[in-house]
Formats: sequence, structure tokens, C-alpha cells
Amino acid sequence: MQGAVSELDPVPSVVPSAGRSKLQRVKRELNRGKYVYLMLLPVMLYYLIFQYLPMVGIVISFQNYAPGLGFFESKWVGFKHFIDFFNGYYFWRLIKNTLLLNFWLLVFGFPAPILLALLLNEVRSALFKRTVQTVTYIPHFISMVVIVGMIKDFVSSDGLINQVRDLLGKESIAFLQLPEFFRTIYVTSDIWQSIGWSSIIYFAALSAVNPDLYEASEMDGAGRYRKIWHITLPAIQPTIVILLILTIGNLLSSGFEKILLLYQPLTYETSDVISTYVYRKGIQDSSFSFASAVGLFNTVVNFLLLIIANRISRKISESSLW
Amino acid sequence: MVYKPSFGDRLFDYINYILLTLLMLSTFYPLYYVFVVSLSSIGEIAKHGSLMFFPRGFTLEAYQSVIANNYILKGFRNTVFYVVLGTSINMIMTILAAYALSRKWLMGRKVFMIIIVITMFFSGGLIPTFIVIQKLHLYNTIWALMLPGAMSAFNMIMMRTYFQGIPESLEESARIDGAHDFQILFRIILPVSMPIIAVMILFYAVGHWNSWFSASIYLQNRELFPLQLILREILIQGRISDMGGDTSNVAHQVAKNLKYATIIVSTVPILLVYPFIQKYFVKGVLLGSLKE
Repeated sequence: MQGAVSELDPVPSVVPSAGRSKLQRVKRELNRGKYVYLMLLPVMLYYLIFQYLPMVGIVISFQNYAPGLGFFESKWVGFKHFIDFFNGYYFWRLIKNTLLLNFWLLVFGFPAPILLALLLNEVRSALFKRTVQTVTYIPHFISMVVIVGMIKDFVSSDGLINQVRDLLGKESIAFLQLPEFFRTIYVTSDIWQSIGWSSIIYFAALSAVNPDLYEASEMDGAGRYRKIWHITLPAIQPTIVILLILTIGNLLSSGFEKILLLYQPLTYETSDVISTYVYRKGIQDSSFSFASAVGLFNTVVNFLLLIIANRISRKISESSLW
Repeated sequence: MVYKPSFGDRLFDYINYILLTLLMLSTFYPLYYVFVVSLSSIGEIAKHGSLMFFPRGFTLEAYQSVIANNYILKGFRNTVFYVVLGTSINMIMTILAAYALSRKWLMGRKVFMIIIVITMFFSGGLIPTFIVIQKLHLYNTIWALMLPGAMSAFNMIMMRTYFQGIPESLEESARIDGAHDFQILFRIILPVSMPIIAVMILFYAVGHWNSWFSASIYLQNRELFPLQLILREILIQGRISDMGGDTSNVAHQVAKNLKYATIIVSTVPILLVYPFIQKYFVKGVLLGSLKE
């Protein structure tokens, strides 16, 4: 054990003598890392106060939290808020909206950057490739407020989309006031925003592919599609799997800020999701305990999804987060 | 062996180039359109409708109104301040944590790492965090925007991966000369880590520049509002009273080129930084983080 420690030791002057007790070794290690622990001090304080203290605060989900009191001083009510939520009028609508929105996002939004990376990988002109990349990255840097502002303006009754419909002789539609268009608008604009930026990670994986592989397969007479299928796709497969797990593990909490900016009471029927409901109940109505319980439900389901996705992927593809 | 493209190959190329060009146009045109309308006069926009390719009746009046608007100016100043202060805090925290956790010999390294990684998958959530901020008396202060997101675990892991890739031999001679960890960090590690530092600064700065949600729940004092909150009023809630418009049809068009001018003014600064850092994006920086 002591030998193992000294092997990792880049400082040659400190050689542990055989007879030292464990306590002394710990002391020496602490002393050796004293400046590093000093560096970690603000970091750990931050995590304690702004990450772990709120986790302790989750206990208010099981109380009738009174704002003047501390986390442990309010009246305990057990699972009351959870039961209220499950039996509430909006429960099934919220579940359905959250799942459906994310389902369509997964079906169309997830493969889009993969497709872009595959297509760009087939482009021989370096200039064209760089131009496409540069242009498609831009929306990632535009703020959500501006993006949603643009969406609202483009789909308004005298906006860009309806002008085009007008040219085609079609009636103008108030898209944002109609629940049936919400998911389409959300998913389409999401792809527009993120397709370029999300493809970077696949480019990074593709840049690691040995060009000899392509050459060798050409010698063997492999055509384009076979090269994509047998070389390119397998090269990015682990990346795809890991991103898919992460996406699924984040399924119920994604897009909160965008929905909050984009939805309106007229479209709640399809646009209101669990996280926006937590926001309205907690921040706007100050029902802290109830909203916290709904939020906790969301977090737990998310976490379960992550674990399930990871387990499935470990079984069938050998790629996993842990 | 000479490469001879078959007919199918060439067809694939043509379709590929067409698809990618269409994608580029559909990304670029909406942005270009915003730019064009912001430079057009109100009357011409009303006459020609929305589909435009060049400014109609070129005028800078929308930009003059934007610059004359006190709230936008103040928001702009606040945002610049938040970006500088917030990014500085982020960088200090991220660099310290990444350096510490890349020291393989550090006792307890695993425990610290686990403490940080847990928060990537589990958090207190919106309401408990809100209550903590209130209890700490940070509500309606700029610290409610600066402190809760003082460090991103994801970015820290990226930077740690980069630090771990730096050969240990670089710091060995400094160690023998008795340099301590702060000296090694600042004199040896940071100077060779400029690419990752540039990318991190960009990520954090863009995040602060575009952030609006924390400000919307934690700030009440309009004097502290960042630009994005003012933009939300103008673009999303359509409140243009501050800008001297009324609700007649002409006023609506005023709002349109004004709206677009505010978009340009608020978006161009961040887009100007981006080409300088773009070359670092693909260089395996993001890939490294995935292996963790």
C-alpha cells in the first residue's frame, strides 16, 4: 500500500519509511496537499451552500412550509402534496405534454445533428465544410429571449410565415394561439437552434477516424454507403449512445426556459409541462411546498430514466456512463 | 489508384451539396431578415410586407431610438458588468477545482469528485434554491445572479481532462525547486492551457450575456435588470410604452423595426467574439469531456 502511494509521488525527496503509522501518513499527505485543499475550499463552500443546502431544502415537499420558518420547523404532512398532485386536475395533462414534447424532440431533434455530421463528412471541399459549420453554429449563441422573440414575430398574423402563405394563396393562421401547433413550432425551432452546435461532438469523434480505413475499404471495392455504414457510423456509435443516455436522463427538465417564453394560457392544453407548472405554482403562487413536491417528482422520474437508459445501453451496446 | 467517381457518387454529391446549402440558407435567412428590416423605414415595411432581401427605404432611425432608450442602455451596461464579474468568478472557481482534481496524488480526490458529479444529475430544484437565496438575503441583489451558478461541473470536468493531458515532466523541475501548487498552476499549467481557457471564457460569457431567468425571479429593482429582461419586455411581452409607441397599426410597424434593431444591438457583440474562438471548438476539447 505504501509502495503504491510512493509510486504516484512525483516528489522524489519524500520517501515513506517502512515503520510509519497510518496516521502519520495521512498527516503527511494532508500537508503535501495543503495548497490544493486551500484551492478546493471556495469550491466546496459553493457546493455546500448553493447545491447541497437546496437538496436539504427538498424536505419542505413533505411539510406545509411557512416562509418565515426554517427548513425543519414547519408542520410535517407526509405525502399530502404528492397525493394532491397525482389526483389533481392537471396531472395527466402535464405528464402527457411533457412526454410528448420530449418524445418528438427525441425522434426529430436527436438524429438531426448526426445526419448533419454524416453529410458534412462526405463533403470534400474544406471551405464549404467550414462555411456550413460556421453558419449553423450561430443560432447557439443567440439568447433564448431573442430566439423566441423572433419565432413570435415570424409566426404572427403578419409575420414571415404568414406572408409566404399569403403568396401561396393560403389564409393566415395565428399559430401561437392554437394548441395544435405548439409542438411543431417548438421542435422545429429547436432543431434550427441546435443542429450545428450539437454536431460538433460528432465531428470531434469523426476526426479521430484513421483515413487509412477508408482507403483500405475503397481498395476492397466498398462504395460510399458501405463506407458510411461500416466505418463512419461505428466510429461515432459510442458518442451517439452516451449522448442518447444523457438526453433521456434530462428528458423531463429540458426546454424549460424556452417553453416559459413561448407558451401562453391559450395553448396550455399542449404546452404546459411539469417544470413550467412548478414555476407557476411555486414562484408565482408561492405554494412552495406543493411546487417543491412536484419538482421532486420530476427529478426522481428523470433520475430513474437515466438509470434505465444506462442499464439498457450497457446490455446492448457496451457503452455506458458508468 | 486513381479515384474515379461513379454516377451514383456524383448524384450523392449534388444532393448533399443542395441539402447543406438549403440548411445554411434556412439558418442564415431569418437572421439576415432581422438585420434587413432593422434598417428599413416603417412605411416601406408596411408596403412591401415581410418577405425582404434588401433594406427598403434605408434608415437608421430604429437604431437611434434604441440608443435613445434609457432602459436598453442601462440594461446593456448592467449586462456587461454581469458578464465580466460572473465570468471572472466562474473562471477562478473552475480553474481552482480543475487543478485540484487533476492532481492524481491528492488524498480524497475521489470524494471531492463525487460530491461535484452528483449535482450534475440531482439538484434541489427551483423552489428550494429560491428559498435558500431568500434566506441568505441575496434576493434583489446582483449576487443572486452571480453565486448560484458560480461553477459548471461539466466545464470543470472538461478543463480537468485538459490539465490531466499536460505532461507531468513540465512541472517536475519546478517542484524540485520548491514551487508550491499556486506557483505551478499560474506559472506552468495556465500558460499552456490557453485554448481551453479561451473556450471556457466564451462559454461562460455567452451564458451570462444571454441569461434572463434568474434575473426574472430574483430581481425586482429595474435599475439592476440585465439587457435580456428588457428585451423580454420588448420582444415577448410586446411592451413598447417605454419606447414611445401606441397601439395603432403604424405603431405596430414601429415596434417591428425597433424590435429587430434591439435584437441586432443585443446579439452582435456576442457574435463578434465567436469567430476568434471557433477554431478551438472541434480540437478534441469537447470529446475529452465525454470520456469521463
